[in-house]
Amino acid sequence: MKHTAPMNVFAWHRAVTALAALVVAVVFSAIVIGDAAVAQTGGSVPGNALGTTADSEFWRQIRQGESGTVAGANEQAGTLIQSEGDNWRAMRNGPLSKWGGWALFGTVALLSIFFVARGRIKIGAGASGKTMTRFNLFERMSHWLLAVSFIILAVSGLNLLYGRYVFLPLIGADAFGAITLYGKLAHNYVAFGFMAGLFLVFLLWIKENIPNRHDLTWLNQGGGMFNDAHPPAKKFNAGQKMVFWIVIVAGVSISVSGWSLLYPFRYEMIAPTFEWFNWMGFNWVPVDLTAHQEMQYTQLWHAIVALLFIAAIIAHIYIGTLGMEGAFDAMSSGEVDTNWAMEHHSLWAEEEMSEASAKEAPASAAE
Amino acid sequence: MARMKFLCDAERCIECNACVTACKNEHEVPWGINRRRVVTINDGGPGERSISVACMHCSDAPCMAVCPVDCFYQTDEGVVLHSKDLCIGCGYCFYACPFGAPQYPQVGNFGSRGKMDKCTFCNGGPEDDHSDAEFRSYGRNRLGEGKLPLCAEMCSTRALLAGDGDRVSDIYRERVIARGFGSGAWGWGRAYPGQGS
Ligand code: HEM
Ligand code: SF4
Ligand code: SF4
Repeated sequence: MKHTAPMNVFAWHRAVTALAALVVAVVFSAIVIGDAAVAQTGGSVPGNALGTTADSEFWRQIRQGESGTVAGANEQAGTLIQSEGDNWRAMRNGPLSKWGGWALFGTVALLSIFFVARGRIKIGAGASGKTMTRFNLFERMSHWLLAVSFIILAVSGLNLLYGRYVFLPLIGADAFGAITLYGKLAHNYVAFGFMAGLFLVFLLWIKENIPNRHDLTWLNQGGGMFNDAHPPAKKFNAGQKMVFWIVIVAGVSISVSGWSLLYPFRYEMIAPTFEWFNWMGFNWVPVDLTAHQEMQYTQLWHAIVALLFIAAIIAHIYIGTLGMEGAFDAMSSGEVDTNWAMEHHSLWAEEEMSEASAKEAPASAAE
Repeated sequence: MARMKFLCDAERCIECNACVTACKNEHEVPWGINRRRVVTINDGGPGERSISVACMHCSDAPCMAVCPVDCFYQTDEGVVLHSKDLCIGCGYCFYACPFGAPQYPQVGNFGSRGKMDKCTFCNGGPEDDHSDAEFRSYGRNRLGEGKLPLCAEMCSTRALLAGDGDRVSDIYRERVIARGFGSGAWGWGRAYPGQGS
């Protein structure tokens, strides 16, 4: 047995050493593996690599328009989700179309009521048979350039907004698609005719459209629209001046927004405008806009101005044709009846006539 | 009937752009147009993630709603397609699309963008299935051949999944459970609202 004792002692030593080694190994590897365990879940790819940002936070940022980079593409492509498009769609297909439709429909309805109640405004003294020149050929050409291009723009523009609901079911997708394509082309090119017409009309008539004291009298008497009063006026009465300034302001605004739609993603117009709004005191308007938002707001503004503009011009067309006897001559032949001129533009007519007789007077004196 | 959906697993996408290339080649997409793109967030920084994105074939698709000529249609499988014969190139679908999917052959030259082009879920267009005309305008009709979109088939890490929405979300759910992190069915909340993910 003596032999066995050293062996036992040896085995005991071995066991202790092995155990100690195992403990050290376990503790040590626990330290080493412990670190790795943070990075490896279930032995697969490292996750939680977002640092202090939670996964859900990361997805929320993307949902709200956070953008990244795209190899070889433009900056815009980096945006993963732009929710503003939903707002634009809701506005355009919702309130814009709805209220725009009502504005147009309402204007026509009001004018019809007016026509039934008031009838055509006649020349009180009847036609004299004598005429005087109101607009020369150049003025008339400028007006018609503006007017014809406006009508083409209005019809092709309204078709983009409403045609799908009004004409498409009537004529079918193919015919409607073809017409709308030509309408769009017309809209894009005729726009330049409109801008030229606007510029000419502005230069030609700005001088006579500066407001003066007669405008107050005219407005006070309702322009003689609702009674038979004929308030004095020079070449343009207050009502016509209002049309002039509506055309100029709306025309410039619609041209500028239209230009930006024509060359999309090239201009920043809305952000500076909104900055100016805020400067004026509306501190809630967003000024940090994406390129997409620029286009969306531009399109909405273009359409809002267009709809109001068209409503105003419907009224202008009414009074220039159906609504008033003798008015259309001013823009067709350019020659108006002297009695019409005396009734609607007394100061202008008197001035013109005295100028004419002043010119004639020396001639007759020389005879 | 299957509801076709895309899902890109951002924990797997390595921004190799194979999906972009596969698509471009399969459909012979015109110069300057990529129907799919890979967006990298935090590029080069900690927590960098890449996501492959194309048309998501939305439910209640915004592009369909705003098109002035109503040239979109949605198939029984939920794929959003459009007619290039009818498209007037107005650009409105691009203003409306949440995912920036619609593309145009020309950039804004005088309002003439040309006919809109976008991902078709490899399902062609309104022309006769597998006709030359269909291929020329819209590319291959793989769905019509019983195959799934090539971008997803080609994805080496299987980050991009395409197919029946239920199958896709099952696969994704299994992955998330197995690896224990990274749930973000990218874009689904926006593209398929109210359908869960
Ligand atoms: C004068 C310069 C103008 C320019 C450069 C212009 C340009 C444009 C452009 C580029 C579009 C987008 C669709 C397209 O690509 O054709 C558009 C839409 C439209 N435009 Fe104009 N336009 C102008 C004047 C007008 C005028 C005078 C009117 C109305 C009287 C008008 C009414 C509209 C309407 C209603 C739309 C459609 C809006 C919608 O679909 O929501 N535009 N315009
Ligand atoms: S992702 Fe864009 S293009 Fe595709 S269906 Fe949705 S809105 Fe339309
Ligand atoms: S670009 Fe073409 S498809 Fe897109 S909204 Fe305009 S007409 Fe429709």
